[in-house]
Amino acid sequence: MIETTDNKAAPPVPQATDTAEPARVERTPKMTARNVHVFYGEKEALKGVGIDIHEDRVTAFIGPSGCGKSTFLRCLNRMNDTIPSARVTGDIELDGQNINSAAMDVVQLRARVGMVFQKPNPFPKSIYENVAYGPRIHGLAAGKTEMDAIVEKSLKRAGLWEEVKERLQESGTALSGGQQQRLCIARAIAVDPEVILMDEPCSALDPIATAKIEELIHELRGRYAIAIVTHNMQQAARVSQRTAFFHLGEVIEYGKTSEIFTNPREQRTQDYITGRYG
Amino acid sequence: MATTSGHTIKAFDEDLDRLRALISQMGGLAEHAIRESMRCLIQRDVDGAQKIVENDKKLDALELETERRAIQLIALRAPMADDLRDVVAAMKISSVVERIGDYAKNIAKRVPLLENAGNIEPLSLLPEMARIATEMVHDVLTAFVERDAEAAVRVRERDRAVDDFYNSIFRTLLTFMMENPNNIGQSTHLLFIAKNIERVGDHATNIAEMVYYAATGQHLADRPRGEDMLKG
Amino acid sequence: MNKAAATSSRWTDGSMTRMVAKRYAAERRFKLFGLAAVGLSVAFLAFLLINMGARGLGGFTQSQIRLDVDFARSDLMLDPAALKGPQAEQVVSGAGLDGVLETIAVATYGEGAGDLFGGASTRALGEQLIADPTLLTRRTQLWLPLSSKADVAVKRDGERALEKMVAAADAKGAIRTRFNPGFLTNSDATDSSAVGVWGALKGSFLTIMVTMLLAFPIGVLSALYLEEFAPRNRWTDIIEVSINNLAAVPSIIFGLLGLAVFLNLMHLPRSAPLVGGLTLALMTMPVIVIAGRNAIKSVPPSIRDAALGVGASKMQVVFHHVLPLALPGVLTGTIIGMARALGETAPLLMIGMRAFIASPPQGITDPSSVLPVQIFLWSDEVDRGFVEKTSAAIIVLLLFMLVMNGLAIYLRNRFERRW
Repeated sequence: MIETTDNKAAPPVPQATDTAEPARVERTPKMTARNVHVFYGEKEALKGVGIDIHEDRVTAFIGPSGCGKSTFLRCLNRMNDTIPSARVTGDIELDGQNINSAAMDVVQLRARVGMVFQKPNPFPKSIYENVAYGPRIHGLAAGKTEMDAIVEKSLKRAGLWEEVKERLQESGTALSGGQQQRLCIARAIAVDPEVILMDEPCSALDPIATAKIEELIHELRGRYAIAIVTHNMQQAARVSQRTAFFHLGEVIEYGKTSEIFTNPREQRTQDYITGRYG
Repeated sequence: MATTSGHTIKAFDEDLDRLRALISQMGGLAEHAIRESMRCLIQRDVDGAQKIVENDKKLDALELETERRAIQLIALRAPMADDLRDVVAAMKISSVVERIGDYAKNIAKRVPLLENAGNIEPLSLLPEMARIATEMVHDVLTAFVERDAEAAVRVRERDRAVDDFYNSIFRTLLTFMMENPNNIGQSTHLLFIAKNIERVGDHATNIAEMVYYAATGQHLADRPRGEDMLKG
Repeated sequence: MNKAAATSSRWTDGSMTRMVAKRYAAERRFKLFGLAAVGLSVAFLAFLLINMGARGLGGFTQSQIRLDVDFARSDLMLDPAALKGPQAEQVVSGAGLDGVLETIAVATYGEGAGDLFGGASTRALGEQLIADPTLLTRRTQLWLPLSSKADVAVKRDGERALEKMVAAADAKGAIRTRFNPGFLTNSDATDSSAVGVWGALKGSFLTIMVTMLLAFPIGVLSALYLEEFAPRNRWTDIIEVSINNLAAVPSIIFGLLGLAVFLNLMHLPRSAPLVGGLTLALMTMPVIVIAGRNAIKSVPPSIRDAALGVGASKMQVVFHHVLPLALPGVLTGTIIGMARALGETAPLLMIGMRAFIASPPQGITDPSSVLPVQIFLWSDEVDRGFVEKTSAAIIVLLLFMLVMNGLAIYLRNRFERRW
């Protein structure tokens, strides 16, 4: 009945450690962007954006609709070139080389910086052909055996091999949505890129397919630098190590994912991630 | 960092407000229990003390309710940043306030045992000590509801007074016991009661640190303490 | 409970039921109109086909008459041995078979029976003699084709006297009507019973080949360039408008163009499938370009993005991905253009493909005719026999178009891919 008192020893405050990545020396980033402006005609979509993309790290871009995150992603592999009214200024470098200079071949750039799109868009060809097309046009395989090996390796890395190895000649469009997206990832991997850009890759998929793709991203992280645009903040939190919050064409905050989602520095960032935005 | 506007989903705001209201309610019950236990002690009100012991169940129930609501909020709303810190703080604070309530219950349980005590001098110090401690609890819970980090820091300062009170009572009672071994029984109870009130003060500072972290995302540095009895 | 009552009354009361009934009635009316429209079109088509069929089927048949002959007793001076040699045809044509035939006819059927036989009959007799020279030595029965006048009489459209003669012969069972393969293998002739569509058919085929070999590649490549590579400025807008207008220009203008450029300026052989093909190619190309551009526009940009994302160059995107997916639409436009070109008469008349060509063309530079022009020319003839031949030729043209369209549709379906 008489209670003993407990000791007041307050445990020492543990140091904040980012358990998702081991301590490492900061290497030079794979891609850097400084002061990037993008104009669609008169409208300025990006106003001086600067971000680093490091290898074996996933960088997430979050922000409300129309804030410029997809536009910026498309700058990284010069997909904005296909839009006639788009004008890109600023300095974007891949391994120190300016990608917008005349010396950079845009076709080679797009092989080194691959892209996966929001809606899965496999070619209307066989599964094998889908994956083999990239290596073929870039001359990465000397013969059929080598090509077979590349296709198998890419499908394995994309986590699709077991499901399709018996039916490589079937049409790529006959697969389910999640499988199609993994096929698109395999297709991007097949040309052995250095960076993979993903523009809302899971927004058209159900939760199970989404989880498989997120796990795949985690596995790919060791080999490629990955940048992902997502509407889903929880996904950005799950998948990335660095997060950049875009708002009205500017990067408001860019830092460690764990910090952005527990203790962001900027009020606007906090408002967005807690759902007070708008 | 104060929040500037409510959530787009109003139900989220309501859930958070309900959680805070629960904490407030728990705080009110705990404060009342401490004050009542002091009153019963001074006035030798055994029946009143019995009521305090029974009412502690309400506090326990509220703690369970708070935990339940906090878990539900995390699952359903996926709170981030300051909201997440608030919810976790609410869970931790509720268990601390429940401890405070237990201390009040503890004090109330000793009331019947002190019925026959004369007016021992230290007895008169205790209500003042308890008042400070109760005020600390009240202020720190207000700081939590209002997300006021500064107020939380100020509460922490006052614990020094409580600690000093305790040290003084400790020495007095020790002297009292050494003077007259017949007093040892009563004095020991009073000592435990004083210890409980000192613990209430400490818990209030714990809550203050939780409130500060919830509001700012930073941890408070260790505060300067009162004289450490164990040193020399 | 009140709510349930309120809902039921709102949705089931008088005004609502009337609205529903009106809606159903409107839908029924619409369906009836649609059915009526379709029925009308089908009726017109059926009318055309039945009419043509009725009038033209006779053109595929030929009436023959039985003749009992004893060449040994006739005036025919023909050595059976000579018929076996290489000079057989020459010998036969110089033997005066028509006179012999007339004599025998008059002997069998009476005065004026010579009209029963014509040049075709003589030729047929000659062929039969060459085939079997022993006929000359014995008494035999021969089936010979009637003259065109008599043929018409059999079909109850000719002179009275002939009709009577024919009826009499028919009563004796001496008339039979057979399928005339000559209609499909002969070329144009003056004698309607000997006439055939083969020459015109071959001419049409050659012309269409030239048209397609020119219009298809040029049209498709133009569409690809305009849609994928050309910048969007005022000049390309002007080009687009011009092509759209070209597709609507009356075809005879292209005939004038062909006359001025290909014949007068470039001195290409007149009336040849080469010139006809060139002219029709000018006419068909805009249709293919327009259909091609629409087909290319409808290829979803996601496919292009996907190919670009893998590092394909613009050319690779266009030729490996866009063109294969646009091919069904392009082929549809080609079918439409080709169907139009097959049936064109006016521009070909202007460039001179209207002459009387008695033998089928050997190559694209030989003078030839095309089927629609042939039909036009025959419809102008005075000889009654040509009436049914015209309709028969129309049937052949329709079948020809059906076959070509069928081929094109088959090709389109083969390239159709779901994406």
